[in-house]
Amino acid sequence: MQQIVNFILKYKYFLFFLLLEIIAISFTIQNHSYHNSAFSNSANFLSGGIHKRVNRIKEYGDLRKHNDQLLQENAHLKNILAQELRTSDSSLIQVIDTIKYFQKYRYTTAKVIENQYQKKYNYLTIDKGIRHGLTSEMGVANSKGIIGITTNLSNGYTTVLSILNENAKINVKLSKSPHFGTLEWNGQNYNVLQLTDLPIQANIKVGDTLITGGRSVIFPEGIPVGTVRNFKVQNNDYSSIDIKLFNDMSAIGPVYIISNIDKKEIEQLQESTTNE
Amino acid sequence: MNNNILQNIIFFIGLILLQVTILNNVDLFGFIDPYLYILFVIIFPFRKDRTPILFFCFLLGLIIDMFSNSGGTNAAATLFIAFIRLPLLKLILRKSEIDFVVFNITKQPFLKILSFVSILAFVHSFIIFSLEYFKFSDIDTILYRTLLTSIFTIVLTIFSLILLTRKK
Repeated sequence: MQQIVNFILKYKYFLFFLLLEIIAISFTIQNHSYHNSAFSNSANFLSGGIHKRVNRIKEYGDLRKHNDQLLQENAHLKNILAQELRTSDSSLIQVIDTIKYFQKYRYTTAKVIENQYQKKYNYLTIDKGIRHGLTSEMGVANSKGIIGITTNLSNGYTTVLSILNENAKINVKLSKSPHFGTLEWNGQNYNVLQLTDLPIQANIKVGDTLITGGRSVIFPEGIPVGTVRNFKVQNNDYSSIDIKLFNDMSAIGPVYIISNIDKKEIEQLQESTTNE
Repeated sequence: MNNNILQNIIFFIGLILLQVTILNNVDLFGFIDPYLYILFVIIFPFRKDRTPILFFCFLLGLIIDMFSNSGGTNAAATLFIAFIRLPLLKLILRKSEIDFVVFNITKQPFLKILSFVSILAFVHSFIIFSLEYFKFSDIDTILYRTLLTSIFTIVLTIFSLILLTRKK
């Protein structure tokens, strides 16, 4: 017994160091898994508040760019509305409460207050949280493409698992043909991602457009992603496909958070199916 | 003594704010963020009881991690350099014992301070990037990032040390 006490006393600093080091490394390993570290993440009052204040100053530099982007999107949406009016015959219009019966997704706006793109596991922080009706696993996108998936939430802030994160795997498809693939990131260039699991029958060409596949409950179908930059074929299979994003991941301002209204129902259904 | 504690607390909070508001947004060449906050490890008074420095450095790293969503990489690295600080200093100064009451890091010869800061900064960045990449096949990226980041950290830390000592 005396020996044990002596041992502890002799190495007390080393043991204390070891204990704290194990805690730190376990947080790191937790952070490398799909779910952001539950303890040390920036979705809280303190770091969220400070990032928000810093962003208030930083966003002035990008205002012109963000305005242009929003104007373009407005024009795009107005064009779609204009098309609708042309094709529908006024005598045949049926009034349907589309909001109640057909709306599948709800969009909330938010601002990115902290943006990471230089690490291997990147996260963004946005200025909306539980108070604004967000939950985890919601899609985040802007008019130019997908950005990430919400993970940790506090009352007023949320961390977003960026598509620039080794754990992010997003179902995408080609806009010209119904072939699906998975979008991943190898940690190199922050505007170039990799497409895997695409069948050779897809017969892609440089410049082909990719959109979200709509196979998950997170992103609706048809959000733009990027274009094929280059690809290699090996043994009659795609060995690597590089995708150039439409978005510039280093400068992201206003975003939309997409919540699937039927998500709970779909997930319950899937769960009950797998349980049987 | 009381004044000293207050000074250290202000220094602690000030370094965190400086790191998360300005230095983490530097992004030189796209990815270099100097880790000036290790200045705390260098300046924190040398005492016989090493529990406070270990604890505060762990806390410092963890708060930085919280702001940058990096799990516990900064905490692990800062804690490690806080632990090796005293043995390393003894090795560099070639002394077996240090008189803690009168010892002042800023009064040491410049070259010894430089090598002390350089080793700590390099080890710190190396641990951060190793834990972040966590793969042996990424060793070239880890070393490249460690080298560039630690150079900027060393320059900034030495510069701040000179500024801090000149004021007094």
